[in-house]
Amino acid sequence: MDFNLSEEQVAIQDTLRRWLAKEYGFEQRRAIAKSADGFSRDAWARYAGLGLLMLPLPEADGGLGGNAVDTMVVLETLGASLALEPYLSTVVVAGSLVTDLGVGALRNELLGGIASGALLATLAHLEPGVRYNRQCVATTARREGDVHLLSGHKAVVLGAPSANQLIVSARTSGVANDAAGITLFVVDPCAEGVTIAGYANQDAQRAGEVKLSNVKVGAEAMLGPMDGALPAIERAIDRGIAGLCAEAVGIMAALNAATLEYLRQRKQFGVHIGSFQALQHRMVDMVLATEQSRSLAMLAAIKADSEDPAERSRAVSAAKAYIGQALRQVGQEAVQMHGGMGVTDELMAAHCFKRLTMIDATFGNADHHLARFSDTLLVS
Amino acid sequence: MNFEYTPEQQAFRTEVRQFLAESLPVDMRERQASGKRLVAADITRWQKILHGKGWGSGSWPVAYGGTGWNAVERHIFDEECADAGTPLQLPFGLKMVAPVIMKFGNEAQKARFLPRILAGEDWWCQGYSEPGAGSDLASLKTRAVQGTDAEGEHYIVNGQKTWTTLGQHANWIFCLVRTGTEGRPQEGITFLLIDMKTPGITVRPIIMLDGEHEVNDVWFDNVRVPVDNRVGDENKGWTYAKFLLGHERSGISGVGRSKAGLKQLKSLACRQPGDNGRPLIEDARFRDRIARLEIELMALEITNLKVILNEDRHLPAGPEVSMLKILGSEVQQLLAELMMQALGPYALPSVPDMLMPDWQGERLSVNFEPRDAGHAGAYFNLRKTTIYGGSSEVQKNIIAQMILGL
Repeated sequence: MDFNLSEEQVAIQDTLRRWLAKEYGFEQRRAIAKSADGFSRDAWARYAGLGLLMLPLPEADGGLGGNAVDTMVVLETLGASLALEPYLSTVVVAGSLVTDLGVGALRNELLGGIASGALLATLAHLEPGVRYNRQCVATTARREGDVHLLSGHKAVVLGAPSANQLIVSARTSGVANDAAGITLFVVDPCAEGVTIAGYANQDAQRAGEVKLSNVKVGAEAMLGPMDGALPAIERAIDRGIAGLCAEAVGIMAALNAATLEYLRQRKQFGVHIGSFQALQHRMVDMVLATEQSRSLAMLAAIKADSEDPAERSRAVSAAKAYIGQALRQVGQEAVQMHGGMGVTDELMAAHCFKRLTMIDATFGNADHHLARFSDTLLVS
Repeated sequence: MNFEYTPEQQAFRTEVRQFLAESLPVDMRERQASGKRLVAADITRWQKILHGKGWGSGSWPVAYGGTGWNAVERHIFDEECADAGTPLQLPFGLKMVAPVIMKFGNEAQKARFLPRILAGEDWWCQGYSEPGAGSDLASLKTRAVQGTDAEGEHYIVNGQKTWTTLGQHANWIFCLVRTGTEGRPQEGITFLLIDMKTPGITVRPIIMLDGEHEVNDVWFDNVRVPVDNRVGDENKGWTYAKFLLGHERSGISGVGRSKAGLKQLKSLACRQPGDNGRPLIEDARFRDRIARLEIELMALEITNLKVILNEDRHLPAGPEVSMLKILGSEVQQLLAELMMQALGPYALPSVPDMLMPDWQGERLSVNFEPRDAGHAGAYFNLRKTTIYGGSSEVQKNIIAQMILGL
């Protein structure tokens, strides 16, 4: 039993943290958020240079063979600076899918592209009308000779506006809520019949509604087995959730530090407001909630790679359910303690609060994961 | 980073489990399994059994007859004991006064007191709190005045201690007493070991809200205490008392007992009916509350292990103990609350006789087993956990000052 990071992980953390401190300050981030892409291509190239993009990919594919604990370190560190690059959607989620399912030329092309930074990929899976239900796929893939024709609507696809490849789930058999019958296709966003209505999210990250109308894809674009993609999708999203939990912990720790600093320097009634017990105890509660969140984010990271889906999803949902509540507490309290400044656009605190809140709403919120965890109690 | 126990640690767990299976007396095991109350004699008997095995104290150094286990091994031992339903080892002698005697006592005191604590021959209680000194412990007023008589140097102690847990069974009490009034209140406090049979000591029960006699008032009326029973220097008692704070990190969160309690809660929710007659566990609203508790406990288990591993690496305890106390006590309370609520209407009957070891009466209802008679009382009783040993508010003050620098 060892709760410490390895030397390599500490080195990654230090290097990335130093670079972000220099190149990703509050004002720099603000400019990046307003840019056309909504993230920094320079930063992406830097991450590639540091090996972060190939970190979790298998060594046989030119990656570094890292695990979810490694990506936890990266995302926690990126989170502390509220970095806007699509690391989660491309490296963690899409990377997981291609690693688990990809073969041959398609695998080489996608993993090579992700590792080098040349390729931005994202999973287009969840659909309107079913919230966070991962199994309900109404998008159809109709076979016509050697090709499939994809039609449907994918909701709030992370990083969609900049993606070079979409990994689209579609139903090749069965009805909407069947576990079997889901197949993944790699779709060029520029292909005929694909429209992406892109937008900025509340947290300044980018996403989009992906609509497909008789989009023609060949057999070579099928990722993984026909009708059997759901287990890999579940695993990829669970890994994404473990990553989100790590990111949230990084943000909560940064937000606590900012709030603590504010309590120490802000004076009212002739004293530092941190001398008020009414605020001290709530600050302690925020620190305790963050510490407990960190424990569960570690558990989620360790179990995210597990071959046992029940063990994996139980840990991941426990973490997401707990952190969904903790981030609300930490975010709301931080804003409250910053007073009027907390509700302006001028401080990092407000931006942390917004990103934290959106993390809860991504891949299943606290209620969704509490239910997912809670239902495992029926089986046991 | 990995969360796996080493093969050696797993082997140790097996060894503990086997020992407990063989050594926990059948009558205690049966009482525990049926939810009957353990009695004071069980505690002493169990301590003697552990001592016979050489496991009298998991936290003492080998030199004093302890096992010399590291913090992870102590954690494993605690978990297995909780799972087997053994009596708790009383902390007052083993974990509270003994470390102070080891660190600050003289050789005569070590030789006189430590072996008897380990062997379960002495029952210690704690004389810290007073009616006017709770969270503000340093304001304590029980006076000790030094003098000399035919039998030698001694202190004459006058005053009142309170919340003395299980003091009715104790033959020794360790006390903080005031020997000086100069300077800060912390500076005039002395640490005395007092024989409960000394003339002038009166113990009066305080009955808890669940009807239990668990704590006491202890009065001292011209109680003569030999100077030999003073630990360390006069007026330095506060330092010794503070040393205890944060001395023992494993165990404070009660994770082992709470994990065992969670198992019982789940089993109770499977036995008890919901409104539709199906098992209560199928009621999503109640199940979600169990789920929330379990998630909190999963987090606490890891947080606890992080701190425990720090202990093995000899890093300072700091305010981590305060963190574990706050989180652990909240989990214990929530667990007790859900146990009570799982009973639905059968939370109401108060029939403490059903918990007695010799109860042979007729059951009130199929939905009210003898063990269930204790759940509501436990809920009421366990409100104490966020109050005793430094209330949650005091713990938060400590964290705010020590970690946050506020």
